[in-house]
Amino acid sequence: MAYSDKVIDHYNNPRNVGSFDKKDPSVGTGLVGAPECGDVMKLQIKINPDTQIIEDAKFKTFGCGSAIASSSLATEWLKGRSVDDALAIKNTAIVKELNLPPVKIHCSVLAEDAIKAAVRDYQQKQTTEEPKPEEAAVNA
Amino acid sequence: MALKLPIYMDYHATTPCDPRVFETMRPYFTEIFGNAASRNHQFGWEAEEAIENARRQAADLIGASSKEIVFTSGATESDNLAIKGVAEMYYERGDHIITAVTEHKAVLDSCKKLEKRGFRVTYLPVGSDGLISADDIKNAITDKTILVTIMMANNEIGVIQPIAEIGKVCKEKGVVFHTDATQAIGKVPFNVSELNVDLASFSAHKIYGPKGVGGLYVRRKNPRVVLVPMMDGGGHERGMRSGTLNVTGIVGLGKACEIAKQEMPVENERVFSLREKLRKGIMDEIPDVYVNGHPTERLPGNLNVSFAYVEGESLLMGINDIAVSSGSACTSASLEPSYVLKALGVGEELAHSSIRFGLGRFNTEEEVDYTIGRVNEAVNRLRELSPLWEMVQEGVDLSKVQWAGE
Repeated sequence: MAYSDKVIDHYNNPRNVGSFDKKDPSVGTGLVGAPECGDVMKLQIKINPDTQIIEDAKFKTFGCGSAIASSSLATEWLKGRSVDDALAIKNTAIVKELNLPPVKIHCSVLAEDAIKAAVRDYQQKQTTEEPKPEEAAVNA
Repeated sequence: MALKLPIYMDYHATTPCDPRVFETMRPYFTEIFGNAASRNHQFGWEAEEAIENARRQAADLIGASSKEIVFTSGATESDNLAIKGVAEMYYERGDHIITAVTEHKAVLDSCKKLEKRGFRVTYLPVGSDGLISADDIKNAITDKTILVTIMMANNEIGVIQPIAEIGKVCKEKGVVFHTDATQAIGKVPFNVSELNVDLASFSAHKIYGPKGVGGLYVRRKNPRVVLVPMMDGGGHERGMRSGTLNVTGIVGLGKACEIAKQEMPVENERVFSLREKLRKGIMDEIPDVYVNGHPTERLPGNLNVSFAYVEGESLLMGINDIAVSSGSACTSASLEPSYVLKALGVGEELAHSSIRFGLGRFNTEEEVDYTIGRVNEAVNRLRELSPLWEMVQEGVDLSKVQWAGE
């Protein structure tokens, strides 16, 4: 199977690889997928509490090249967006940008899920006073 | 010698035609083009002579007599002919077939088709090392069993089943024994008498011959095995496989068998030492790498390993100047990880992380050195990218995590 140039570029030069402290109240963490399915994405957003703008985003992905590229692209797109705008990112846009074949569409779906999970985690942190236990981030 | 990229390390998928094989085949495309069934002129006689020479070469490699070799289009056809041919021939004696879950699809799907026609099939499980025992076969045989079909060497994990012991059991019980020896014949010693095999499938392109040609060994004595043909027509190949013989291909198959027989001892030692160099070069450097299948009862050129926390297809992308294959779902049309690895009890996450290296005749030490470097670099890089690796480093037990995707 041939990969698009953009997938290869993201695979070779993944953007924003890394992790934030998931206990940081300004960080939202999304962990989606399962090892048995061959894809796990961890996507994190760091939000400026005053402006509610995503200042930074990071990811780590276990999965095929298209999964790595989808999450790498997602972190690029997330930076500078508001939380609401982040939720507007649709998997179809990722498919289009990366030129993913039908068999790889699930990678883009997973990236969209990861964004939603990260936003949800951040929003939950804002409504709960107590810092959440470590497991909760994992469960996100 | 300068390293030439990309490197081919997928010898279980296919092998390049040996130049000596190709040269032997060359005149049969244009000059010696006769139909081996043309009995009344020189062209036919020459073709027939070439066929009979190749038949002898193939028979010699496996300790058979020439008359016991049936040429086919490849091992898939041989498997189909053996299994369905026996079932149709001996259905009045019984309706039960025994095979194993890790067989090639050509065997499994032939068995499934027979199930639809009313046969009963026992799919024996394998141990975590990929092996089944002769006792498992013995216990599964009933008075209705007409066929046992167990592959010799597995195409994914390279493990070699105890064919001689299984053959002995089948002989004692009077059950026809077929082995899909596609990965074994020409790669490891194979003798139909010593192994008590009644039917054996093989293929030219796995042993440095051309694609599209193979054979089936069919025992003629003690017992005499008779098959109902799949292909009806001119009655070629003692009526078992009609169709004008692929003279050029068969000449290539014969030459490939001859070379394999002559060079096997030396070649096996060399390929084995390359395999061990590769295995150590990877496993001494990287933690959490697991060999799939029995550590020693395997083909000299096979290394199937899982790199925990790294997905197989992404690893293939990272070593894209080395041709290998993966048991990862993402590399298969079915989007399912390898059924062979699953049958071993390898967790699905490790099946997704598996890579099959197949070393062979034309691999060099330089290629292995280069591969070790590339694999180790790619695995380390992908682990830095892997949330699973990060969690494990933090002390998280991945098996206890409630995954959102489940």
